[in-house]
Amino acid sequence: MAELHTEFVGIHSPNPFWLASAPPTDKEFNVNRAFEAGWGGVVWKTLGEDPPVVNVNGPRYAALLGPDRRVIGFNNIELITDRPLRTNLEEIGRVKRRWPDRAMVVSLMVPMQQEAWRNMLAMVEDTGADGIELNFGCPHGMNERGMGSAVGQVPEYIERVTAWCKQYSRLPTIVKLTPNITDVRYPARAARAGGADAVSLINTINSIMGVDLERLVMLPSTDGLGSHGGYCGPAVKPIALNMVAEIGRDAQTAGLPISGIGGITTWRDAAEFIALGCGTVQVCTAAMVYGFRIIGDLCDGLRNYLDAHGCASVADLRGRALPSVVDWNALNLNHVEKAVINQASCIRCGRCHAVCEDTAHQAIGTTQDGERRFVVREEDCVGCNLCVAICPVPDTLSLRALRPGEVDARTGLTVSGTYANWTTHPNNPQCTTPGEWR
Amino acid sequence: MGSPATRAGGILAGRLDPADYARHFADARAPLTRAQALIEAERCYYCYDAPCISACPTAIDIPSFIQRIAQDNPRGAAHAILEANPLGGICARVCPTEVLCEQACVRNASEDKPVEIGALQRYATDAYFAQPGAPLFTRAAASGKRVAVVGAGPAGLACAHGLARRGHAVVLLDARAKPGGLNEYGIAAYKTAGDFAQREVAWLLSIGGIELRQGQALGRDFTLEALLGGFDAVFLGVGLAGVNALGIPVAPLAGLRDAVDFIAELRQSDPARVAVGRRVVVIGGGMTAIDAAVQSRLLGAEEVTIVYRRGPQAMAASTAEREWAQTRGVSIRHWATPKEILGEAGSVRGVRFAATAPAGAGLEETGEQFTLEADMVLCAIGQAYVAEPAGTALALRAGRIATDDEGRTSQARVWAGGDCRHGGRDLTVEAVEHGKRAAVSIDRFLRAPPVPAVPAPVAVAQERAGG
Repeated sequence: MAELHTEFVGIHSPNPFWLASAPPTDKEFNVNRAFEAGWGGVVWKTLGEDPPVVNVNGPRYAALLGPDRRVIGFNNIELITDRPLRTNLEEIGRVKRRWPDRAMVVSLMVPMQQEAWRNMLAMVEDTGADGIELNFGCPHGMNERGMGSAVGQVPEYIERVTAWCKQYSRLPTIVKLTPNITDVRYPARAARAGGADAVSLINTINSIMGVDLERLVMLPSTDGLGSHGGYCGPAVKPIALNMVAEIGRDAQTAGLPISGIGGITTWRDAAEFIALGCGTVQVCTAAMVYGFRIIGDLCDGLRNYLDAHGCASVADLRGRALPSVVDWNALNLNHVEKAVINQASCIRCGRCHAVCEDTAHQAIGTTQDGERRFVVREEDCVGCNLCVAICPVPDTLSLRALRPGEVDARTGLTVSGTYANWTTHPNNPQCTTPGEWR
Repeated sequence: MGSPATRAGGILAGRLDPADYARHFADARAPLTRAQALIEAERCYYCYDAPCISACPTAIDIPSFIQRIAQDNPRGAAHAILEANPLGGICARVCPTEVLCEQACVRNASEDKPVEIGALQRYATDAYFAQPGAPLFTRAAASGKRVAVVGAGPAGLACAHGLARRGHAVVLLDARAKPGGLNEYGIAAYKTAGDFAQREVAWLLSIGGIELRQGQALGRDFTLEALLGGFDAVFLGVGLAGVNALGIPVAPLAGLRDAVDFIAELRQSDPARVAVGRRVVVIGGGMTAIDAAVQSRLLGAEEVTIVYRRGPQAMAASTAEREWAQTRGVSIRHWATPKEILGEAGSVRGVRFAATAPAGAGLEETGEQFTLEADMVLCAIGQAYVAEPAGTALALRAGRIATDDEGRTSQARVWAGGDCRHGGRDLTVEAVEHGKRAAVSIDRFLRAPPVPAVPAPVAVAQERAGG
């Protein structure tokens, strides 16, 4: 049976699932419950200097719901911990002593002053915690005070604070990155330059969850006024996966350990983050939607997957999909795919036709032998995958790759089986040495 | 069927505990809650050229109305429904959706469970009728034309509404005390709880331009010729006034009655005052048989048996209707035809049946006979068009008024629709479509420019226009 035990920048945990720094890790009571349920580790909710911050007493959270009220996206305007520093430090120490095999990472956010960081780091180290995570990502409230994403959006600041942490603490330092930037590689490079042991990403995305159309007030709002919150949940996963891969394949940051965060709800989500290079994953929204017991399903699913794919440990999966992420100009333009409709399972809803006809390539007909039957016309199909993406029935629409020697009915050209990309394409104005095409 | 009914024989009212009546005759199916409706609406795939639309006789844009429910726009959903079917509220309650829209739903192919289109249609129309707000439909500028609509049932109401929308002045004549036709008199009370049929009629008439004249029977209080003299066009939606005979000699016996009368009495009375037998036999195989049988049970009859001369596949009542009856304690016996209504001291005491078997296209008696004890026998073997009131000038086909697709009869300026028109399955939703199409056809006729050229036809056209 595959081993879920994980070692990440020297921090050990019985499984790669950590609870992200957030309300679920705000206090001893919750974290004890999480560890009882089986979570591998926690990143304790961000500590700051006393006096503690004050949260609003109106709604802190709002959700983007599917029609059956499943949470698709989630946002919050909660600040860092609003409890006294001393209380948190005492609880962290007690919990770590009670659960020595679990990862205890402490999230930190103090003003951009060397002394402030030095003082905080010493206190955290005294708790026996395993590592620290620098909250350079919180995009609401704290950033207005020059912290959180206000730091994370300036690579020089990231580097400076990371360096202080490495200077004043022996604890592994994980830098949590904000996605509210144009190119995540710059803050990641800065973290590495500052000596970070790892990065974690993504923090939440600036968001307004909606507008109350009766009151014409943004959501969530307190007493008629709202402020943007941090967006997370399943909807942000694709954004997070891309940022993880960008860091993984950037020459300056390749190999930097990554703790993946962003909408992880199922073991599949976790496996995807790991396959793109993450050493651990962090979960928050899913726990806030379903409670801590999901950890059992996450571990079980991941273990079964690893077993089925011959992986002895989580590390065996790590980064396995990363080489498949390339720049567009490396894609094989000689490769040809066509949509195929499985008539046995097709229910004749015709959605594939509607979207192909209206918005794509007019490649799906509606009748065959006088019957309602949806059939792909290969001479028009470009293999765009739109029909596959919107088909409501599993395993009914798929793409088929043409084999070398087959003729593409659309172009009339025979599939060569050779690889050729844009860099050698004759249509490319920058191409100096056109390659063999077709 | 909670507390035990009195088991006394004979035909009695008040067999039940008084509190049970309201429960028994309340809504047959609970309407969807908002949460249920939103989830069910999301099941709709919004099909291209959706098969459910083709399966709906009124061609309601079902994916659109469901999408509007999903988008929390019940008024828009009601608009999509009522635009195609102004009686979409009652149709949501009485349509045999399992053989219409829901049978065509593509979800059947993948999971054998169609989207609950009927329930969603009811959700949308209920929401609208509960809070109608601004009118969904308004009248076009007055055309100056007058149309007589005979019969305020589903066909007549749909036609009147369509004509009123188009600016014509409609006089709606109906023989009964209340409008609605079979919606008011011919379907089980639990299908239209809360006086829905009258609320729907009130909404239909609220468009304006429709003058309702009740207690006016064709052939008794006025003639078709008189209408043609006073109106530019006439629509006949008179339904089926006759009841088919059993085909055996029948003496008048207490307890023997037509199911349609029984159903009508129940709809117009306090059910506690409607008498029912202890053992009831219903002869027939259509919706009327089901409604009469189930309501007999709900009134406290101990044994209710539907007897139909053919097998289940031949029954006009759908599988769902039959299961509805069977789960309410009604027995259904097939392959038997009545031979004699047995009486004693002037009252029904049973029915002697002959067993039947298929023989070629028809039936033959097997020679076996049996008797069912009964103190009440309800005949539900179909209704017939009675031609005399409209006069003999109208061509008939298979005993009903012959029309073209638009509802034009053999007589100029006369249209017909609903059950009195030949061709169809006697469904409410079909009657609505007849009325709707006839309104379009009549409107086109009334707006057609006078035929030019030769003098004689011009004179005729002018005469009609002035009529």
